Parts: sequence; structure tokens; C-alpha cells
Amino acid sequence: MPEGVQGPTGVAELAERLAVLRDRHRDATTPEAVANIVETVLGTMHGDLSQTEATLLSEVEQIARTIAAAKQEIASLQVEDINGSFIPSATDELDAIVEATARATNEILDACETFDMISSEVSAEVSDKLQGATTRIYEACSFQDITGQRITKVVSTLKSIEERIGAIIDTFAARVPGEARLSPKSEPEGEAALLNGPQLPGNGVDQAEIDRLLASFD
Amino acid sequence: MDKNMNILIVDDYKTMLRIIRNLLRQLDFQNVDEATDGAAALSMLRTGSYGLVISDWNMQPMTGLQLLQEVRADAKLKNMPFIMVTAESKTENVVAAKQAGVSNYIVKPFNAETLKEKIEKVLVHA
Repeated sequence: MPEGVQGPTGVAELAERLAVLRDRHRDATTPEAVANIVETVLGTMHGDLSQTEATLLSEVEQIARTIAAAKQEIASLQVEDINGSFIPSATDELDAIVEATARATNEILDACETFDMISSEVSAEVSDKLQGATTRIYEACSFQDITGQRITKVVSTLKSIEERIGAIIDTFAARVPGEARLSPKSEPEGEAALLNGPQLPGNGVDQAEIDRLLASFD
Repeated sequence: MDKNMNILIVDDYKTMLRIIRNLLRQLDFQNVDEATDGAAALSMLRTGSYGLVISDWNMQPMTGLQLLQEVRADAKLKNMPFIMVTAESKTENVVAAKQAGVSNYIVKPFNAETLKEKIEKVLVHA
């Protein structure tokens, strides 16, 4: 190997320093620490490298660049605004939608109940027509329950995003290295796993399928 | 079918209770009581006299499924006709409800005709 070629030594040094870092911090190693080591090692390397080493180092360098770019992008997102203002504001807006539509639905139901009372004072033919119309309105008003449940699911998702953004902020700010890492979301078990609310079209089964399913038990 | 029977409707969403009550009234069922969770419903069932329960599933602190299980485990209530009316529309939900002893299952949103049909079917077999 010509004088000055430090390829294998550089790769070995990189691996060794990453191993030391991993042993020292276990799962708490920060992206900044990895990036710094990679940049330092790359800066000290010179000479000819084998194809494998060059590929490896190129990929490690790319990882370091990606980490640096991610840091910049996250910083430019002003994530504090997302957590401090945007998400709470969005959940408030959604809550307001639920309240407003519930109020409107109850106003509609008030009017329908008035029609129902009047229907006993008119001819049978008119009464039937009134009742047919109010029945359709009652059926349509059940949308409020469905939309309320869907919005509750969205709010829950937003809160989960808020928590994860908070964890990302903590990780990159390195305020409490290791402790702010994302924890895997625990999956619900038992009956809780069955409570998923309204399904999007195609995900659940319709009434006809439910009827067939129930009949299959008989 | 005894249209004078007492029916207990259970839902944590009061607007839904109001809708079901009105639909039942249009079907000539006038004696309808309401509860907003499974625990309150169970208490009413144990102290009152009801011929049918129409219950939502997703409620706190006691769900509709837990209410159903309590009803089926109660010597005095075990044969109570019980219809689940819920937005939970996955196959595993229907299977779980059936295994717990549900009499019939209606998925929200539903129409008056479906409600009428299921009530008639359940009461015929009661």
C-alpha cells in the first residue's frame, strides 16, 4: 500500500468510534454525535480506497448529509409553532365543528318534533306524508353521530402527532438525550382493539353482510 | 308484538337517543327510557321492567358489549332481547357481539325500515 493511504484504517476508525459511542450511550446516541464522528473521520482520510470501502464511506457520508439536512428542515419548520399553536388550534376548530353541528341537528329535531305533533291534527293522508318526511330527516340527522366519531378520531390522531413532534424537538435539541426518544405506540388489546369507530367506505361491512354473518351463526 | 312494552335505549350521544326515540315513537312504541352508558342502563334494567334493549357499543365507563355480557350473565335478564346499534362495522365486531349473545346488530347510519325490521325479528323470537 502506498505511503499515506489510510483507507482501511479510516474505515476501522469509523467503526471503532461508532462502537464506542454505541457502548457509551446505548440507545441514546444522538444523530448529531453520529454525524460529527462521520465528518471527523472523513476529514482525516486520504489515499486510495477499495471499491467496497469507497461505497461504504460514500453511503455513510450521505447519511451524515441527510441527518444535517433533516436538522435544517426541522429547524425551519418552526415545530414549536406546530405544537404550540397549529395543532391545538386545529383540535379546537374540530371541537367547534362538532358543537355547531350538534346544535344545528338539535334545532332540526325540534322542528321535526313539532311536525310530529301537528301530524295528529291533520288528515291521515297529510299525516302520513308529514311522518314520511320527518322519518327521512331523523335518518339523515344520525350523520351527526358518525361525523362526531370521525372527528374524535382525527383529534386523537392530531394529539398523537403533537406528542411525536414534541419528541423530535427534544431529540434534536438534545435537552435530555435518550429520554426523549419516540416510544413505540402500544397496540390496543381485547375489546379496546374492537373500538375503531366508523370505517371508511370499503373497510367495514354493510348491513346486508352483517345480516348474512349473523344468520351464519343460526 | 306488544307496542306498550318498555324499551331502554342506551347511547352516550344524546342527539342519537333523541333520534332513536322519535323513530320508535313513529313505530308506535311510546314507552321509551334512556341511559347514557352501560352502567346506568344495567342499573335501570335491574330495577325496571323492560322488553327490549337497544344499545350503542362505544361508551364509557361501561361499553355496550360489557352491558350485553352483564345482561346475559344475570339470571333475571339473560333472555332480554338486545339489539346493538353501532358505527363499529368490522366483521370481528359483529362476531364478538354475536358470541356475547346479541339478538341483532344494526350498523350506523341506519334507516327507520332497518330498525323496524330488526325489532320485529327480535321480538318474534323473544
